[in-house]
Amino acid sequence: MTGPYSIGAKVKVSQGLPPGHVRTPLFLRGREGEVIRHFGDFPNPERLAYGLSGLPKLHLYQVLFTMDETWEGDGAYAPGDTVTADIYETWLEPL
Amino acid sequence: MSTHEHHDHGHDHSHGHAHDHTTFQPDIREPSEEWEFLEIALRELLIDKGVITAREVQDQIEAWEKKSPEGGARVVAKAWTDDGFRQRLLEDGNAAVAELGFEIEALKLVALENTDDLHHMVVCTLCSCYPRPLLGVPPLWYKSREYRSRAVREPRAILAEFGTELPETTEVRVVDSTADCRYLVIPRRPDGTEGMSEAELAALVSRDSMIGTATAFAPDGEGRSG
Repeated sequence: MTGPYSIGAKVKVSQGLPPGHVRTPLFLRGREGEVIRHFGDFPNPERLAYGLSGLPKLHLYQVLFTMDETWEGDGAYAPGDTVTADIYETWLEPL
Repeated sequence: MSTHEHHDHGHDHSHGHAHDHTTFQPDIREPSEEWEFLEIALRELLIDKGVITAREVQDQIEAWEKKSPEGGARVVAKAWTDDGFRQRLLEDGNAAVAELGFEIEALKLVALENTDDLHHMVVCTLCSCYPRPLLGVPPLWYKSREYRSRAVREPRAILAEFGTELPETTEVRVVDSTADCRYLVIPRRPDGTEGMSEAELAALVSRDSMIGTATAFAPDGEGRSG
């Protein structure tokens, strides 16, 4: 069981800007990537940070983005370079 | 003496906690940033209320300071010489390093293998997540705003600053450690190391090569190898 996304799934990171403790980096909001690993499920850190249980647990994925998708040419990287982040299911939308 | 030498101990001792009156002397003597004052206030409150003791704070700091990159280097050297271990490490990092006596509680340890085609470099853009049980206390640059912001955007520039030149045919994959996982990079085994013992190989595995800003040292001691 890998939760709502399978390995290889194309996803988009939510564009939202909620206040408080958030574990999805700003530079990836709204970017499109590919699920490359499923880590299991973990208590929601955005709730844990406020003393809540963080339950139900959320599935956590490693999502791969191309540098070009992320920075649109404005950075010091080679054409095939990539960046990944570990993102909880609630931050991902299917493509 | 610290700025907290004159801390008022006139509080009520009737809360039932046995004070040992050990004091805690912080490493940073002159707090200046907001977070430093916040840490002091929180620590002193927790100690005053008997939730933790000053001794426990000191013991924990010393326990972390005993960890060092030698731990991670042992893991990498074993992965280089024992293919079964390498496979187990890639499949389940926590279980594999436990074979060598390293316990990583709660967090998921993920080993990333560098090859000629793929070079991983780890950062935590949100804070400073780091595989401390295997690498010890992170270097200051790893926690710096500069590294954290530049690593994801100009990784090739950072690599160059660390003396690491990789061909464009090698994919540089920056791994942002944003959640419940901790990443250990297994650097590519340098050429010319056939027949070396595990202990000799471990000496080639630098801290930076396990973060991915550098490669492992060449066996001739010339620093890096491709």
